[in-house]
Amino acid sequence: MSLFTLENIAVSYNKQHVLKDFNLEIEKGKLVSLLGPSGCGKTTTLRLIAGFLQSDEGKFLFQEKDYTKVPVNKRNFGFVFQNYALFPHLTIFDNVAFGLKLRKVGKAEIEKRVMNVLDIVNLQGFEKRYPKELSGGQKQRVAIARALVIEPDLLLFDEPLSNLDANLRESMRVEIRRIQQELGITTVYVSHDQEECFSISDQVAIMNKGVIEQLSDPATIYKYPSTKFVADFIGFKNFIDFDTVAEREGQIELKKGDYTFVIQKDGEMKNISGKTGAIRPDNLQIRAKSAADPLPPNGLFGQVNVTTFLGRSYQYVVETAIGNFVVNQEMAQPLSMGQEVILEFPKDEMVLVD
Amino acid sequence: MQEKSRGLALFTFLVFLFLLGPLLIISITSFEGGNILKFPPEEFSFRWYENIFKVKMFFITFKTSIFVSLAGNLLALLLGIPAAYALSRYDFRGKNVLNLIFVSPILIPGIVLGFALLRYVVVAYEFSIYTSLFIGHTIIMLPFVVRVISSSLSNFDFSIEEAAQSLGLSKVGAFFKVVLPNIKSGIIAAVMIAFLESFNNVDISVFMTGPGVSTLPIQMLTYVENYFDPTIAAISVLLMIITAIFMFMVERLMGLSYFTKR
Repeated sequence: MSLFTLENIAVSYNKQHVLKDFNLEIEKGKLVSLLGPSGCGKTTTLRLIAGFLQSDEGKFLFQEKDYTKVPVNKRNFGFVFQNYALFPHLTIFDNVAFGLKLRKVGKAEIEKRVMNVLDIVNLQGFEKRYPKELSGGQKQRVAIARALVIEPDLLLFDEPLSNLDANLRESMRVEIRRIQQELGITTVYVSHDQEECFSISDQVAIMNKGVIEQLSDPATIYKYPSTKFVADFIGFKNFIDFDTVAEREGQIELKKGDYTFVIQKDGEMKNISGKTGAIRPDNLQIRAKSAADPLPPNGLFGQVNVTTFLGRSYQYVVETAIGNFVVNQEMAQPLSMGQEVILEFPKDEMVLVD
Repeated sequence: MQEKSRGLALFTFLVFLFLLGPLLIISITSFEGGNILKFPPEEFSFRWYENIFKVKMFFITFKTSIFVSLAGNLLALLLGIPAAYALSRYDFRGKNVLNLIFVSPILIPGIVLGFALLRYVVVAYEFSIYTSLFIGHTIIMLPFVVRVISSSLSNFDFSIEEAAQSLGLSKVGAFFKVVLPNIKSGIIAAVMIAFLESFNNVDISVFMTGPGVSTLPIQMLTYVENYFDPTIAAISVLLMIITAIFMFMVERLMGLSYFTKR
């Protein structure tokens, strides 16, 4: 059952559309991420859900009630900000108790609930301190506690980890996921960090220019991006625009000029409406070519153009008859510049995108 | 090297002498025992400090000054806080012009402003002396209030306002509950600076005051025109002490650097 729905939302700043005909439906208890490059409208979407800004058109339905015009302070949503936004003049206890006091909760009850939530975020014993005495990670945990303690109907995160250093980011995202699952609270999470979104979300919505390009579970998106933008965003660096796409005996035959490629069609997952093939640099096979080697099926001849060292592997840019390809390969002996090579496209690694 | 720093020390000394010398001389002459202001004093006495409290007009005008400064301060705050907030919080067309208008009373010579107020406002609307003083002093203080509070809002993290809203406060409620408490020291500093500026003002007050009603600095001016005894030095020392205490408190609250930035 869906908890809330955004219907045909339009938002514009200075006459420029940020969101147009935007639709999103989120199920109860799920953690859904909005992921995309800056300027894609993900933060706008989140602020719209929170009620910080109003849409020009469209409807926001929450539990089948029209929330479009309900102001922020009447929504009972918890919001966690990128820069924590703790109240500097209040102690940690008073920061967390802020929402409860506004809800006229009794003193004993406030005490109990604040202590309980500080326990959940592992900040016991910090209640008398002030925000400036805390580290970034601790501040963000206070911010989460403050949003949680009001028992919100929805929890909203706006890039909560981007001000923290890498190690802390990883442990905090696990923490966020743990808390979210423990409390079963529906959550919308905005980030531009792909790994972060994929690791904690039930569903990821990849956004581009105010449109959701794909909304699916992380594994599906990772393996089967549906559009070229999504594929590019999640690391498919090689694209081939095919002339023809034909289905034959459970396989898909693709033609580009004189070259033919065959890929597997597995289940419902694969999109075959698209004409663009996409493959990750890690999944392309590369090997040196000797003079007598024939062209293997799903293969291309090429020449190494650029070699860069990535640490774990080498990255090559290979020039072929149908364009350049980026390939990553772990190798004891790196290939040299100008080396003749054979590229192979494994049947189950190339996908078709729109 | 040694030579250079000795030269610098001498230079610094001269600058300070130039700045503080007059104050020092006034302070010393205020203890003169004779009837005429002179330096160095011939005998030591507190009699002119006692005289301050014997001249009734000093006390009356002191009360007027305090009253006008406090009342004007209150109005300047009521106008200045929302103005400073809007100027810091929002981007809008004409923002720079508004900024300029709010600081213009500092830029325009007081004499010009005072005369303009008298000619086109006070006379035109037949305001009483108290009302005119009140309006004039509000105008004197407004730019300081706006500037000081703007600067305490310049690095303000307005997301705490949104946080408060998401926790259940209205926009106005969030302003009073989380914005105001966090710019408290800026407001106190603004009050003090504005108060000093208004309390010491001569150039605008001189146009606003009239028969029977005057502020302390104007009264002092009048006194000097008629008498040449050291009372004026004594009262100056008292005012300097009050100012020093104020500045010390401001410095303690937020550092004087507050007024040099932006």
